[in-house]
Amino acid sequence: MATTTSPATRPTARSTTIALKMVMAVTGAIFALFVLAHMYGNLKLLWGEEAYNDYAHHLRTIGEPMLPYAGLLWVLRIVLLVSLVAHLWAAFTLWGRAERARSHKYAVKKRVRQSLSSRWMRWGGVFIFVFLVWHLIEFTIVRVDVSGKPVPDNPFQLVVDSFQVWWLTLIYVVAMLALYMHLAHGVFSLNQTLGWTNTKGTYARAKVLGHVVAAVVVVGFLIPPLAVLFRLVK
Amino acid sequence: MRLTLKIWRQAGPDVAGDFVTYQVDDVSGDMSFLEMLDVLNEQLNSEGKEPIAFDSDCREGICGMCGLMISGLAHGPEVTTTCQLHMRSFSDGDTITVEPWRADAFPIIRDLIVDRSAFDRIIQAGGFITVNTGAAPEAHSVPVPKANADRAFDSAKCIGCGACVAACPNASAMLFLGAKITHLGEVPQGQPERDSRVVKMVAQHDHEGFGGCTNIGECSAACPKEIPQDVISTLNKDLRTALRHGY
Amino acid sequence: MTETPSRPLVHDLYFEGTPIKDTKAPNVSIEQMWTKREFDAKLVNPSNRRKLSVIIIGTGLAGASAAATLGEAGYNVKSFCYQDSPRRAHSIAAQGGINAAKNYNDDGDSVYRLFYDTVKGGDYRSRESNVYRLAEVSAKIIDLCVAQGVPFAREYGGLLDNRSFGGVQVARTFYAAGQTGQQLLIGAYQAMERQVAAGTVTPFTRHEMLELIVVDGKARGIIARDMVTGALETHLADAVVLASGGYGNVFFLSTNAMGCNVTATWRAHRKGALFANPCYTQIHPTCIPVSGEHQSKLTLMSESLRNDGRIWVPKRREDCEKDPRDIPEEDRDYYLERIYPAFGNLVPRDIASRQAKYMCDDGRGVGPLVGDFRRGVYLDLGDAMRRMGKEQLAEKYGNLLDMYQRITGENPYEVPMRIYPAVHYTMGGLWVDYDLETTIEGLYAAGEANFSDHGANRLGASSLMQCLADGYFVLPNTIRDYLAGGPFKPVADDAPEVVEAQRSVQERIDRLLSIQGTRSVDSFHRELGNVMWEYCGMERTEEGLLKGIDLIRSLRDEFWRNVRVLGSADTLNQSLEKAGRVADFLELGELMCIDALHRRESCGGHFRSESQTEDGEALRDDEHFLYTAAWEYGGDEPPTLHKEDLVYYAIELKQRSYK
Repeated sequence: MATTTSPATRPTARSTTIALKMVMAVTGAIFALFVLAHMYGNLKLLWGEEAYNDYAHHLRTIGEPMLPYAGLLWVLRIVLLVSLVAHLWAAFTLWGRAERARSHKYAVKKRVRQSLSSRWMRWGGVFIFVFLVWHLIEFTIVRVDVSGKPVPDNPFQLVVDSFQVWWLTLIYVVAMLALYMHLAHGVFSLNQTLGWTNTKGTYARAKVLGHVVAAVVVVGFLIPPLAVLFRLVK
Repeated sequence: MRLTLKIWRQAGPDVAGDFVTYQVDDVSGDMSFLEMLDVLNEQLNSEGKEPIAFDSDCREGICGMCGLMISGLAHGPEVTTTCQLHMRSFSDGDTITVEPWRADAFPIIRDLIVDRSAFDRIIQAGGFITVNTGAAPEAHSVPVPKANADRAFDSAKCIGCGACVAACPNASAMLFLGAKITHLGEVPQGQPERDSRVVKMVAQHDHEGFGGCTNIGECSAACPKEIPQDVISTLNKDLRTALRHGY
Repeated sequence: MTETPSRPLVHDLYFEGTPIKDTKAPNVSIEQMWTKREFDAKLVNPSNRRKLSVIIIGTGLAGASAAATLGEAGYNVKSFCYQDSPRRAHSIAAQGGINAAKNYNDDGDSVYRLFYDTVKGGDYRSRESNVYRLAEVSAKIIDLCVAQGVPFAREYGGLLDNRSFGGVQVARTFYAAGQTGQQLLIGAYQAMERQVAAGTVTPFTRHEMLELIVVDGKARGIIARDMVTGALETHLADAVVLASGGYGNVFFLSTNAMGCNVTATWRAHRKGALFANPCYTQIHPTCIPVSGEHQSKLTLMSESLRNDGRIWVPKRREDCEKDPRDIPEEDRDYYLERIYPAFGNLVPRDIASRQAKYMCDDGRGVGPLVGDFRRGVYLDLGDAMRRMGKEQLAEKYGNLLDMYQRITGENPYEVPMRIYPAVHYTMGGLWVDYDLETTIEGLYAAGEANFSDHGANRLGASSLMQCLADGYFVLPNTIRDYLAGGPFKPVADDAPEVVEAQRSVQERIDRLLSIQGTRSVDSFHRELGNVMWEYCGMERTEEGLLKGIDLIRSLRDEFWRNVRVLGSADTLNQSLEKAGRVADFLELGELMCIDALHRRESCGGHFRSESQTEDGEALRDDEHFLYTAAWEYGGDEPPTLHKEDLVYYAIELKQRSYK
């Protein structure tokens, strides 16, 4: 095989798959920080209606009067939206590359080291995305009260109404399991992609970090809905 | 022992292939997997059937020429090359499926033989230190801390067999790439070209049609030289640094 | 070669021709010779270099380093290898290390000592001038490799570590764990790939050279087969370099790679290049013993293990079946330490190998019975383990010990390893002068493919040194003297020499495919190997060699009547590839036996039972055999022997003694 080919254009770091992975990593890191903060806010539910609603209100008034009402929230929303688009774009681009990289599949293929979470990154991600769309419709964009009652103005009440419905809580529990897997591998993976795991020690710590972050987020997220479901919060 | 083999046969690069089933009797545990295939080929030859084409050369686990997907595992069930896999790892009555490496960047040439010249082109893109014969300074003029020298060596153990690509669900060659980047990045002599090297090599890797890495670790698990996944982190770090330096 | 008119037929086997002489080494003291030759060799203007083309066969240490260096210089290089990548060449399997006269340990090493050790190790059958040059450039190799990023072993201070290696008493061997060959080859491969990117080197992988094209007495190109498509390609150039390795695979079982072959050099030999000292074969003492009939190759354990391992067999035959751990110290015969107290387990390879054979012939071999014979002796790391601990031992030899365990299924940290000699390296090869040019003008040979530096026996860690010396430093400086006379007159694609070469290759392939006999290529190869091992192996006798020649002739005859090569010529066809190689081995084997027969002395790796001292040591006969035997191909006629007298100016000729 004497034929040699090389890229036609001068290669740049920007245009590589690793740069795409870095987009995944950075946007993923933003989401990881976001879900940590979100989880923290949700826990306010345990302190009762007033604390929770104050928190929801405070989110909108941070930075006033320097920022307009809900200014920071909109900044965050834009950052998150851009991150989401970038995360999805990079993910689907890499997914497509991977499919094309092996168009003829193996008849027999065993898995040796891949974890459940790493295996479910793509479909799990798709599931989380679908869940996210529903979650936003339910609590932010449209505001739906699945219990059938008229939609209350009060954020606390909407949450309580919703999670008293067992199947909605179940959907959230399943979504949180998906989030656990996505975060467990995602947090480790972003460390690896950003090049912070160059030694055996840092590599092992990143693996642990993934599970710790995932566990904290998911447990934190699950406490309020379950508390509502079991009538610990009314 | 007696084994049933389902082996991928494909007469040439552009024709369709399929599995053909063979029986091999009297397999001894001391045989290597390839010696078992030699025995099968002798059998086929005596029956007037064309032998199965497969690559191998040194048969001592270092040249990287051999490589088969054995029942879904690159190089089979042990952490070693196919040539160093011995039949004592199998049991009487086993059915073994043998396939070539499958990746679009490694087109099949015939039967179990694939074209791995993409690896050579990745090295051509920058997997070297630019020094002409005659231009080298005295070897002791630059001491290399042992830790760096050791990591450079551990990464340089890569034999370029392609098992990482074969095992990776994305058919990515990042372990191969990471091993070379780490080897050359750990020695002082490799520093001047560090940024341009990583960019060129990754670009060539992508151009060849390998997939991206999703950090799941099948590559390291399949690597006969046990190259760890942290070399991919070093690769990523080098690319990030290059990005920062404006490459 | 002009023949003497009478052409005496010796032994009914060969003619004796006129002596041959190296005319290229300058007539100055040995220390100044290389400097003078580098100066005298004509220069090629950099702008003219790209008009000059060089074909290089083989991409091992010699071939890849030559391709890289000639590419860097700006010549137009075409590089060929039969493997799928240049990086796979069998240099990659060399384990132990590379020698260099750096004297980093201040233990009395010097260029002269390395030169002296190499000549002595080669049992005074190598050419002084070449060996001195080898020692002289050795230090530069280490510098270059370090600059390329080769990860040699280092000490905690960051400086390079050295060890002492088979047969010498100074620590001059640089190493990278047990994978030195791999690391050096990857360095050379990368340097070569850099030139591929630069456009000066064009790689032709999965290509096998099947014929040399000689026009007006000059090597001008090759016929190569594209092993994927089966196409026969003609490649023309101003010079051809053969760096195609050794021919140990003539023994079928050897430590060579499956594909190693003699075809490139043998084709050149048939076209007129003299083949020197074909019988000089090195049998490596520390290989993993044969386990059964299916065996396709033998695996070497680096003899660096002999630094820390002690070799022994049971004193009593009845102990041979016992678990070695149950044999008490006083019942073990550490025979090398007993016979050679000064060197002990570090005696040169040929001595260590032969002694192992004697022990097994004496019925004291260990391991499983293969046939009715136990082929193995113990290499015991027990003392080293007690001294260094398991961890340090693993750091030093880990990969070797793992490999041993993988192959044998035994744990070397607990049970003494078993070793037995195996064919490892061939000192013989194409005859070359000081410039590494063969007797065909414009045809050069480098690395193991030539005969030049190791005499009758090669010292450990010297082959990597020689290959890289040839490829990086020697050949690029000598070939320019020839290329300066070019570019030579272009050869037309339909020149009679080209057409004839194409025709002969095609005809041979057609013939191999048309025989359709009953025996596989491998079965012939295996049988040839048995004959060679039996009659031209570790110990050779006149009677055995004559018998060997007869057997080879009839086997060759049967091969061309009864081989079965299936498939076609226009696809990838591994049986066809092997058939061509075995056909050449069948011719080479006979020449090796003739060479071994004519050399009625023992020297280095060549041991003739008729020539030994009272205590069974090899006995040289300097009076009659102080020469290199260079053989001229005779076609249907017997070959013709040309002697190159060996003259020692810088070293006093001595009977080698390691006692």
